[in-house]
Amino acid sequence: MRYSVFSLIANALSGDRFWTPVWREPEPKAAYEVVIVGGGGHGLATAYYLAKEHGVTNVAVVEKSYLGSGNAGRNTTIIRSNYLLPGNIPFYEWSMKLWEGLEQDFNYNAMVSQRGVLNLCHSDAQRDAYVRRGNAMRLHGVDAQLLDREEVRAIAPFLDFDNSRFPIQGGLLQRRGGTARHDAVVWGYARGADSRGVDLIQNCEVTGMRMEGGRVIGVETSRGFIRAKKVGLAVAGHSSRVAGMAGLRLPIETHVLQAFVTEGMKPLIDTVVTFGASHFYISQSDKGGLVFGGDLDGYNSYAQRGNLTLIEDVMEGAMALWPGLGRIRVLRHWGGVMDMSMDGSPIIDRTPIDGLYLNGGWCYGGFKATPASGWCFAHLIANNEPHPFAAAYRLDRFATGHLINESGHGAQPNLH
Amino acid sequence: MRIPCPYCGERDRQEFAYLGDAAKTRPEGLDATEEAMLDYLYLRDNPAGPHREFWHHFAGCDAWIVVTRDTRTHAILSVEPARELALRRHRGETL
Repeated sequence: MRYSVFSLIANALSGDRFWTPVWREPEPKAAYEVVIVGGGGHGLATAYYLAKEHGVTNVAVVEKSYLGSGNAGRNTTIIRSNYLLPGNIPFYEWSMKLWEGLEQDFNYNAMVSQRGVLNLCHSDAQRDAYVRRGNAMRLHGVDAQLLDREEVRAIAPFLDFDNSRFPIQGGLLQRRGGTARHDAVVWGYARGADSRGVDLIQNCEVTGMRMEGGRVIGVETSRGFIRAKKVGLAVAGHSSRVAGMAGLRLPIETHVLQAFVTEGMKPLIDTVVTFGASHFYISQSDKGGLVFGGDLDGYNSYAQRGNLTLIEDVMEGAMALWPGLGRIRVLRHWGGVMDMSMDGSPIIDRTPIDGLYLNGGWCYGGFKATPASGWCFAHLIANNEPHPFAAAYRLDRFATGHLINESGHGAQPNLH
Repeated sequence: MRIPCPYCGERDRQEFAYLGDAAKTRPEGLDATEEAMLDYLYLRDNPAGPHREFWHHFAGCDAWIVVTRDTRTHAILSVEPARELALRRHRGETL
């Protein structure tokens, strides 16, 4: 069924009795041309673009739980392309462009809202760094705008501008950045892939890789063996474990990142604001909850829950930036597990094993990358050649020294 | 999470800083191969389960300790001074 205002009216007038399931729930077939491991945003986007852009429809997406049950459902929904380094900007800007056309493209309301992303600066040095970043963005054709203190005040007058330790000096604004509805992104890609013939197989955990002569020939799953000419991994958070089934060791540590949402409020903040003095960022969902987060907990974890120390740290950041938040109650907090790569940038590449492709290492920047990640991973799998926008995301860059280290923190994943 | 420091007893995680995988040993300077340096610097086992790791009790006794912790549950299985691990390595014993 194609969604439109007419289908909405017709179904509303007929009492919502004729909506059909958004995707099928097929049994896994014995063999596919391509099996994508991981039914999150990236895996589903990959399947969608494989079918739509490359005509490869004999594809299965296998997911150990339900679609979007991992980090696609645990992020803070921010989209932006305010990157600094050459290997990153074209990729994230392509993602931004795909976000801008996404809803028309897959005929689903992903609630993409270009409400702006504003990074605050609190010192001369930080302002200089933002000038540099903004210039790098504009040289690559990305919108960036340097704001002074009064221009920031016009956008967010409730912030603590005269904080004695971290006064707000200005900010770098990307107006095209914003938020999207994370679940709808998953559902839109799932529906688009399914309608083009891709099998979405839920509750199907990959338990092993079957290899023959240095080549992957399929995956062992909790629902039996599935043969495949090509296998793509899109399981960020668990990339080390799944790649480990094929005997690979990755430049990745898994860390837990927490996020928070408050009770629903009337509209308070109509943009995304990041605090430059501590790691804290905040926006407001369309339902009214303030959505915010901060740093990693800082230790290896697969637990999908974190510790109070970090919660305290995030709340301190919140109160320093926006003292009025102290009157609002936190409703929920949760944790997701991140593939923290050794340079803070992702990997979209072939592996030393023929037919096995890796998409991972997203650190905590995976959500915004969803469309371009799927686009480039589909290109890689279909053509066995990297897409130009993702050509820098090589697995062997750690051996060759071509790192993409936005933060400059070195090989210490909990600092990226 | 509370970490039982071998010198100070059980203390809040807030008093400790994390370094990472304690299985790593730096290869011998100029003689190291590129593969050995790649492995040391970048590649990780990243297990879902028991993980032996370095923590620094910076807000307590300032000691480096080796904590064996389950990364799926955060349960701490054992703790020892980093010195003990270094001495065992120095004597060529199995870890």
